[in-house]
Parts: sequence; C-alpha cells; structure tokens
Amino acid sequence: MTTAGAGLRSRSRYAAYLVPLGAVGTALLIGALMLVLLDANPIEGFGAMLSGAFGGADALTSTALKATPLLFVGVGITIAFRANVINIGGEGQMVAGGLLATAVALVLPDWPAAVMLPTVLVAGMVGGAIWGAVPGALKAYYGVNEILSTIMLNVVAVQLMNFLLRGPMIDPGEIERGTRIPQTQRLQEGADLPLLFGSGRLHIGPVIAALVAVAAYILLWRTPVGFRVRAVGQSTDAARYAGIPVKRTIVLALTLAGAMGGLAGAVLVFGSESHRMVTDGSTAGFTGNAGFNGIVAALFGGLHPLWAIPASFLFGGLLVGGNALQRAVQVPTALILALNGLVVVFVVASDRYRRTLGERASQAETAAKLAAQAAAEAPP
Amino acid sequence: MSELLTKAVLVATIAGGIRLAVPLLLASLGETFGQRSGVLNLGVDGIMLLGAFGGYYAVLESGDVWLGLAAGIVIGMLLGVVSALISVTLLAEQGISGIGVYLFGLGLSDLLFQRLVGTPTPIPKFPKLDIPGLSDIPVIGETLFQFSLIVYVAVALVPISIFVINRTTFGMKVRSVGENPEAADSLGVSITRVRWITVTIGGTLAGVAGAALAIDLGIFQQNLTNAQGFIAIALVYFGAWRPLGVMTGALLYGLVNSLVLQFKTLGIIPQSWSDIAAMAPALITILALVVVARRFRQPAALTKPFTRGT
Repeated sequence: MTTAGAGLRSRSRYAAYLVPLGAVGTALLIGALMLVLLDANPIEGFGAMLSGAFGGADALTSTALKATPLLFVGVGITIAFRANVINIGGEGQMVAGGLLATAVALVLPDWPAAVMLPTVLVAGMVGGAIWGAVPGALKAYYGVNEILSTIMLNVVAVQLMNFLLRGPMIDPGEIERGTRIPQTQRLQEGADLPLLFGSGRLHIGPVIAALVAVAAYILLWRTPVGFRVRAVGQSTDAARYAGIPVKRTIVLALTLAGAMGGLAGAVLVFGSESHRMVTDGSTAGFTGNAGFNGIVAALFGGLHPLWAIPASFLFGGLLVGGNALQRAVQVPTALILALNGLVVVFVVASDRYRRTLGERASQAETAAKLAAQAAAEAPP
Repeated sequence: MSELLTKAVLVATIAGGIRLAVPLLLASLGETFGQRSGVLNLGVDGIMLLGAFGGYYAVLESGDVWLGLAAGIVIGMLLGVVSALISVTLLAEQGISGIGVYLFGLGLSDLLFQRLVGTPTPIPKFPKLDIPGLSDIPVIGETLFQFSLIVYVAVALVPISIFVINRTTFGMKVRSVGENPEAADSLGVSITRVRWITVTIGGTLAGVAGAALAIDLGIFQQNLTNAQGFIAIALVYFGAWRPLGVMTGALLYGLVNSLVLQFKTLGIIPQSWSDIAAMAPALITILALVVVARRFRQPAALTKPFTRGT
C-alpha cells in the first residue's frame, strides 16, 4: 500500500475513533460545570476520579470488577444490535439470571466447585435467556416493539426479585431474627467465583467476560449463525430472499443478548463480597444500572465485541471514579447518574457522525488500495 | 351502612383512577404527536421527573400551585427542544438516546432535590374545582366533577389533539411526515421543522405531566414517577396512535391501579403478594401491546431518522 493510502487511512479512521471520545469529553465538561455550580472544585473532583479509577492495583481491581457486567451486557447488546434489535432489557435480564442462578445454588447439594460453578453460571444464562427470548418471540411473531416489551419486563423482573427475596428465597435466619432483610442466605462456597490471584478481591469474572467477548466475535464473523444475524440486521428482506429464517434469527439474537445479561447477573451474585443475592427494592440496587450502561459500552465500542472490552473498562473506570469523586468533593451520587445519562446522549448523538467518518475512511481505503493495485499492475 | 360503604369505596376508586390517569394522559398525548410524526421519544420519564421536581420546587418556594405548573411547562419545553435536537437534527438512534435523557432526568432531579430541599416537605396541592350544578349531583358529581382544574384540562386536550391531528394543515403535515417523509419532503414540507414542533409538544406535555403528578401528590422523592413515563409511551401504542385510544388506555390503567390500591387497603390482597400485584400493570401493558400490534400498524417512519437522498 502506498504512503498516500496509509495517510488517508490514519486521518479518517482515527477521526472516527476520536468522535466517541470527544462525546465523553463533552459530557465530562458539562459535569465540571455542574460541579462548579455545586460549589465543588472540578479539578480536585476529576483528579480524585482519575486516581480512584486507574491509580494503583486496588483502583484497577475495582474498575475491572465494575466493567465486568458492562462487558457482558455490552456484548449481548452488540449481538442484538447486529440483528437490528434494540435490547433495553439488560436490567431485567441481569435480575432474571441472578435469580435463577441463585435459586439453583440454593436447591443443589454441596457439589464441588468444578461442577457447581459451571452449573450456576449456566443457570444464570438460562434465566437471562428466557427474559430475552420472550420479547424476541413477541417481536418476531406478534410484531411487538422490543424496546417497550423489554422495558416492561425490567419492571416485572424487579417485582419478581422483591417477591422472591422477601418471601420464598429469604435467608431463614432473617425470619428467625425478625430482621427480614430481603436477602438470601450465604450461598454455598462451591459457587463462589475463584479469586484470580488466590487472594484479594479480583475474581475470574472479568476473564470470563473477556472470553465471552472473543466468543461473540467468533460467533458473529466466523459462523453461519453469525452470518444470519448480521444478514437480518442489514436487510430483513434480502435475508428472507436468501432463505434465512428471519423470525427465528431475531428470537435467537435477543435470547443470546438475554443470556449475556443473565451471566452478568450470576457473576454479580457469586462474585459479590457477601456471596448472597440482596435487593434494596430497586433494579439499580442489584445491577448498578449496568443494563443501561452496557448500552453505552457497546456503542462506545462501535458495536464490535472486541472493542467492547476496552470500552467497558473505560466506563467501569468512569463509574468507579464517580464514587471517588463523590467522596472527594461531597456531591450526591445522583450526579454520576445524571452524567451517565449525558454520556449516553452524547455518544448516541455523535454516533451518526462517527459512522459517516468510518464509511468515508472505508471508501478512501478501497480507492487507495485499487490505485496501488493499478499502479503495480500497470507496465512501467 | 354496608351499602353506603360500598358506594363510598366505588366513588373513591373511580375518582382515584381518573386522578392517577391524568399524568399518564398528558404525557401520552404529547408522545402521540411525536410518534405520529415518526419520532419515538423514550426520554419521557426523565422529562417527567425534572418537570415534577421543577413544579414541586416552585410550589415549595412560592406556595402557588399554578407557578409550579408553569415551571413544569418551561422545563418540559426546554427538554423537548433538547430531545428534538438529539433525535431530529443529530439523527440519533431513538431507541437509545431517550434512555440517556431518562438517566439524566433521574439523576439530576434527585441531585437537585438533595441539594435544594433535602428532607421531603409537603407542598399545597391543587385546589378542588367545583363545577356549579354538576358537582352537586349525587354519586356522579362526587365521582366526576370534583377534580382540580388540571384534570379537566387533560381531558379537554383529547378533543383538541384529535382536531389538530385530523383537521388542521399542521396535523396533516405531521401524519404525512410520519408515514412517508420522502413524499412529504418532495412536496416541500420541512420534516425537520414538523418533528421539532411535535417533539417539543411532547416534551412540554411530559413536563406538565410531571408537575401535575408532584403537585397532585403534594410531595417529591427520588424516582417519583416510578417508570410512568415508559408506561405513557406504551399507552401510545395501546391507543394505536389515536388520542381517544390513548385516553381509554390511560383511564383503564388508572382504574386498574386504583383498584389494586383499594384491594390492598381493604386487605383483599395480602401484603406478601403486593410485589406480585405490582407486576400487573407491566404484564397488562405487554398483553395490550400484543393485541394492538396484531390489529394496528404503527406510523411507517416511526424511529427512522430522516436524511434526504437515502
């Protein structure tokens, strides 16, 4: 390839990569403004944010743990998005997965970890998959808008969680003591996520999430199933003419997305420090809004499973840093939620521009490649 | 005695249902305009929350409920304009950008409440507006004609919306932009302008809905709306994008909720099952979506950003 071609690539391509970064930067700038209005020093705040997220092993551990559910959900949303299905149900799928995995862990005898752990993680995937398959089937066979059905199922999931954790699944000790905190008993140790370095807080969750991202990449671009998913996403009509079962593919895409969310929920339960499932009455209390924030991670990663890995890590850092910021300059955590919203808005609003730049880059690269080829083939 | 009790309960349930329906009705009617023009605004709940806080805070400071309502209007209009900028001009994916607005509203309303108010302080509610003659009719008067002004305004907006959408040039433009933007564009209709207006109407009414909710309850708290904004969006689907259908849906929803509340107070639903009962609205909504999706077609251009020549 000629130097001119390489030059073209670097400019438009990197500009396309910079757009989402600029979007996040703008959101943070508004955040700084809000800090000023709240009588807090934004430089001090953002300094605390940065060191809280990435400064040292402990901070990085927190960031990796926070990034894990984002990555799971983000990968799932990427798969759904590739089939042109929008999954806003990450919250409910995480809850459903966490609930089924917890229920299985409560029911099963004390199996060794080698059997127990895979069983409960699969149970989590199944729970989430059910919460994805339902809106998938409703969309494919009844034409129900999946955005609305997944949002409604989020509401159903949180009520189910509150019912189960306040009633059938509550720790018997809570009833004996009369405290009635809505949480399960400490789940069996065989289901604990092993620690990555044998001690500390970092468990294997982030590694599983990264492996899942790689698997999703292989699924989408190296298997017939992935081809069908992407074909349906490009054009349902063309896919139908090509003999692809469009309806089943839509159900499958949302089921897979749900399974990812379910896995995120299971990892939250078995990787938690209390090793219980707890509810504070809200979805966010369990998920930490990862079902929504995973959408940003997916978009920020350009809807590519592998790019979702660094994107999730960055967003995990933003969330962990947000807590540090809150402690450092004493602002309510609600600020972080509002900032998250702004990040979503800016990333989505600039997404069209990023894609235009990306397309321009692809065209320029193809042109450069063709020109180089012609130059090589032409007689001197 | 028991007959009197049942009558009182019945009147309270129906009147309560109508009151619960009002914020939903306001927000849904606004969203109907946006959706008829092809824009799905998922940020309704966030706008409602900010409108609710704005309305609450204005009443808390001034003691004037109408100033509170005005605050809701202004905040809603502002956020409507921002939503239009995001989805119409910047062509953002509508299924997601609204979630951002929702999270922003959820966070900011809580932040402002904690900073400016702190402890939940009750505010004066809307005064009851007795309609001479009608309010004095036994049973019917108590059930239908002893509401505050905002209830009548919300109901009056239904025929107004029907008229605007079906009988005015603007309404015709809205419908054409939502069904076939390319054709509308070729006839010289500005897609951008029509959608900016409809999304701003939607935002304004969402802000009003939030303020009406807060002032009706006389209180604000974190996540006051409890996802009512999303229900309002679903009601637009339920009503098949028609104001009358939307109103039917909102009333049905309000009545079901009022009934569940009444059952809980009367002890018909045991406390341990209240979480399960709370699922009912969402499940009913999903069922309604299935029924409607089979019978009605959504505006053809819904959720599709418009760019010329694609």
